[in-house]
Formats: sequence, structure tokens, C-alpha cells
Amino acid sequence: MESPVQPQPNPLTIPSYTDLPFYRKQVRIALRNCGIINPERIEEYIERGGYLALAKAVTEMTPDEVIGVMKDSKLRGRGGAGFVTGIKWEFARRSPAKPKYVICNADEGDPGAFMDRSILEGDPHSVIEGMAIAAYAIGSEEGYIYCRAEYPLAIAHLKIAIQQAREFGFLGKNIFGTNFSFDLYIKEGAGAFVCGEETALMASIEGRRGEPRPRPPFPAVSGLWNKPSNVNNVKSYAMTPQIILNGAEWFASIGTESSPGTAIFALTGKINHTGLIEVPMGTTLREIIYDIGGGIPGGKQFKAVQTGGPLGGCLPAEALDTPVDFDSLVQAGATMGSGGMIVVDEDTCMVEFAKYFLTFASAESCGKCVPCRIGGRRLLEVLTRIGNGEGKPEDLDEIEYISRNMKEASLCALGQLTPGPVMASLRFFRSEYEAHIYDKKCPAKVCRGLITYKVIEENCTGCMVCKRNCPAGAISGEKRQVHYIDPNICERCGICIEVCKFDAIMIE
Amino acid sequence: MTKISSVEELRAFQQQQQLLRKQTLQENVMIYIGAGTCGLAAGAAETLEQIELELRKRNITAQITTVGCIGMCVREPLVDIQLPHQPRITYGNVKPEMVARIIDEHIIGGKPVLEWVVGVVPQDW
Repeated sequence: MESPVQPQPNPLTIPSYTDLPFYRKQVRIALRNCGIINPERIEEYIERGGYLALAKAVTEMTPDEVIGVMKDSKLRGRGGAGFVTGIKWEFARRSPAKPKYVICNADEGDPGAFMDRSILEGDPHSVIEGMAIAAYAIGSEEGYIYCRAEYPLAIAHLKIAIQQAREFGFLGKNIFGTNFSFDLYIKEGAGAFVCGEETALMASIEGRRGEPRPRPPFPAVSGLWNKPSNVNNVKSYAMTPQIILNGAEWFASIGTESSPGTAIFALTGKINHTGLIEVPMGTTLREIIYDIGGGIPGGKQFKAVQTGGPLGGCLPAEALDTPVDFDSLVQAGATMGSGGMIVVDEDTCMVEFAKYFLTFASAESCGKCVPCRIGGRRLLEVLTRIGNGEGKPEDLDEIEYISRNMKEASLCALGQLTPGPVMASLRFFRSEYEAHIYDKKCPAKVCRGLITYKVIEENCTGCMVCKRNCPAGAISGEKRQVHYIDPNICERCGICIEVCKFDAIMIE
Repeated sequence: MTKISSVEELRAFQQQQQLLRKQTLQENVMIYIGAGTCGLAAGAAETLEQIELELRKRNITAQITTVGCIGMCVREPLVDIQLPHQPRITYGNVKPEMVARIIDEHIIGGKPVLEWVVGVVPQDW
């Protein structure tokens, strides 16, 4: 017999975050405070161990010991290039010139990326503490955070955090009673993508046009105002205090041999659990997309995943078991990048997808060097032609020729990597390109120049809904008669398919 | 605030804050709301306004804390409720019209609205 009293839900039966598929495989180092503490209160950061790493570094360790720990941890720069942070710091320390500068690259500009923003908004003190430790290690007294102006909340939280850190004496003169002094300033970037490139970024801080220059000299030798400078990404600085506190061995024990620690990704696109994740390096794409990300919505098929943003590359389903780390992703044909991860399903045309990133990257070319400025434009013309159904058989060779030249001859990573998404999609989805060129078909039925909307006569009831909703006036037909779409007027907007209740419109 | 000028002072301040926090958690109804850009874009500001309004209506005092992004952007706005001596329980996609029921059943009645619950924030997080 059923009990007359309803059993009361016990709060303890609610799953812990660590039992949720989304979090089960995550390890939070840089994100440890995000969403937990109030980022506008330094007290909450300190309560969770904040600034203990800085205290330890400046009172118990020599700068060389700090660099030693960073080198032993084998932390690789989380901005994307993956250079060992400790070695970078050592170069800056060894540079004789003074003063030296510590710079945080917070010019996160990749479409669909919000890792750095979330850290700056949710835990700004971790970045400030990491920068102060770097300053102590290389011998700098002045730092800059280059943050894009499109991140007003991140900047607001940073400003509050810097002010609080000054009040507590974590920034300013004689930090923790030592003779180490360091202060920090925010430089708001005006939104040029190329300013994420370190030499362009420093030019922008100096008040000049955000244009890159050839390296060497590297910033560690001659950077901001021609002085030795250390540039790291937000995530690298945010991880630094934890490495100092817990030790190099602890950090190196997480992740893989060549890429220790965790990777942070902004998981977006056709994925059920859009979000911000931190996983040990070496976690596979499949685990990220299916276990953490919850798979593809609407029962659709996974088609590709883009890593490394508009300068990265896409990987097909066959590559889903690739472990995520700096070297494996490059080997597979993509890049680690700063941590954008965009998933697309069967409804995405890979030519169109590559064209989207190419449009972005070529529009963001600063124009200083010819291979990037002209090459990007020429490449875009070829892709546009293919998407419009005007592609020629020799276009695929043309893509490879331009890409090779851009890669080899461009001045900075922007130009060198702009062809990346096109090359990757051509490598893994060549048949789609060929279908566009030879068969004049878009297999995903996306490219407007290659598709026709048609009425399925058996299904059409002549309800006139499509006709009334067509913004181009391309549909004709009387009530209760089969309708007709004029392909010469049709704009291929797809509204008719959305409004038709009888599945009577198809794309060919 | 006087400056902290040694490791000992920092540790002492940390301990004092931990004690204060323990006390706060024992004595107050705590409400946390994800108000990073992702939370705000999903409507966290409206949800927060509704929380404040409904609390006033019922004459309940609670400590409301805005926090950053915890990662589950798809479930924003995220609202955590923590009653004294209880775990921190997260609700997902909290629209303003859901607020009254969460306050009535969870904060006043002590029974979480299970159908909207996402999970419990682990204690060691």
C-alpha cells in the first residue's frame, strides 16, 4: 500500500557537480574561483588562498627559483603558440636592459571564444597575482593588461581588483615588506584582431597603429618601448599562482608529458552543453564533445570541430579520438589556439564554414604585408566563386598555391595562419569542394548559388502560407492549388520551409 | 584597510575571512547569481531584480552575491541557494517567473524545487 504521506525530497539526493557529466571529467585550475566567489571582493579571493603564492614567491624564493618552478612545471603558453612560459620568463630576466615590462594579452578576439573574458570577469585577482609573480621573476616594476574594449564587465572588474590589490599592498611599493615593487595598468584595445599578436599589441600600447613587426628581436629582448617585455595570455597568468603554491610536480602530473596541466575551452556551436570547460590535456575530442558537451542537438550527425579559432583548423569525425594537447592537435591538422571550440553538424557546408573564418581573418588583416593583405583577399575570391557555383577545376590548386605562399611569406601569425581553416577543410572535406565545382551541388544544401527551393506537389495543400510569408514574392499559386516557387526570384532565405506545415518544400 | 606587509599578516587575514565566512553561512540565507556576460545576456539582471522584489514582499533578508561564470553557460541564469547548514544548490535557467516558487518552497519551506535543480556545488570547490 502506498504511504499516505508523500516522501520528502532529500536535498542530499541532488547530484553533486562532480557527478554531472558536464563536470565529471573537468579539473579546474584557472577556473577554480570562477562562479564561486564574488569577483568584486578581494576578501573572497584571499579567503580561498589568494595572494599566498605571491607572498611565497617574493618572501621565500629568489626570482631564479620562481623561474625554475615555472620551467619544471612545463607550463606552455595558453595563448596558443604553446611556448614554455618559464623559458620565456628566463629570456626576459636575462635581458640586461631596464626597465622591463610584464604584459597580459587579454585581446581575445576569436569568434565564439570567451575563456579569457570569463576569467577576467569571474576571478580577476588570479591574473593580477600571476602577473605580479612574473614581474618579480623577470625583474619588472610595471605591467599592462591589454584588454579589448568590447569587454566592459571584464575591465570594470579588473579596475576594481587592481584598486583593491593596491589598497592591500599587493601592488605598489615594497610588496610584503620586500624591496619588490610592481604596479599595473589597463590598456583598452579598440578591437583590431591583429592586436592579439604580441608585437602589434605592444605597438598599440605605445599609442601607435596596431601593426606587427618582424621577430626577432623578440619581446623578451626588445618589446614595449624597446625594453625587455614578457607577454603571456590571461590563462597562463591565472594558472601561475596555483603552480607556485602547489609546486611544479603537481602541475606536471596533470595532463600529458609534453603538454602538462589543463586546457580551457569555450565550447560552442551545435552542441548541447554550450559552456566554458577546463579539462586535463590529453582528454579526447570525443570526451569533450559527447561526454562533457552532451553531443549534438536534434539527433543530428557530428560533422566537424574547429579548434584554434579563425586561424585554426577543423577536424572530421575520424579525428574524434585525438587527444587534446598542443602537439596532437597540430599533428591531426588543427591547432590548440587560445581555446575556442566550435562544433558543427551535418547541416553545415564546409566551404561556407571555411569562408566564414576566411572572411573574418582577411577583414582583420592590418595590410602591412602583401602576402596577408592580397593573399587573404584572393583566397576569399576563390571560395566565394566556389560557393556561388562558379568554381573552376583549377581553383583547388589555386587555394593550395595561395595558402602556401601566405603561410611562408606573411609577417605575423595572422597572415601565416589565415589559410589554416581553408586548408584543413580542403584536406578533410575535399569531396565537398569537388561537389561544388564539378557537380554544382552543395551537399549540405547551404550555398545559395547551388540550391533550388521546390514544392513537393503531393504534399502541397495550397494553404497559401508560404506564399504569404515569402519576402521576395517568389511563390505563386491559387488557394487549394499546388504552389510554385520561381527560382529566378527566390532569395533562398528558407522562410517557406519554416512556415510550411505539410513538409511540402524541399531543397535541391 | 591597512596594508598587508607580511606572509603572517596575510595568513591571519585569510583565517579571519574564513571564520567570518563560516559565521555568515551559519546565520544567513545565501543567494548566488551568475552575473558574468553570459549570465547577464541570459537575463540575470532581470532575475536578480525579481529575487530582490520577492524577498522584500516576504520580508526575508538574504545575502545576495553576484558571481562570475561557472561554465554552464547553457543553463544561465544560474542561481544558487544555500540555507544555513545546507549545501549550495544550483538552479538553472532561472526566469523571473520562477523566482517566487523557489523562494516559497526552498527558502521558506526548506524543500528545493527539484525539477529546476542542476546540482550541488561541491564543498571543496
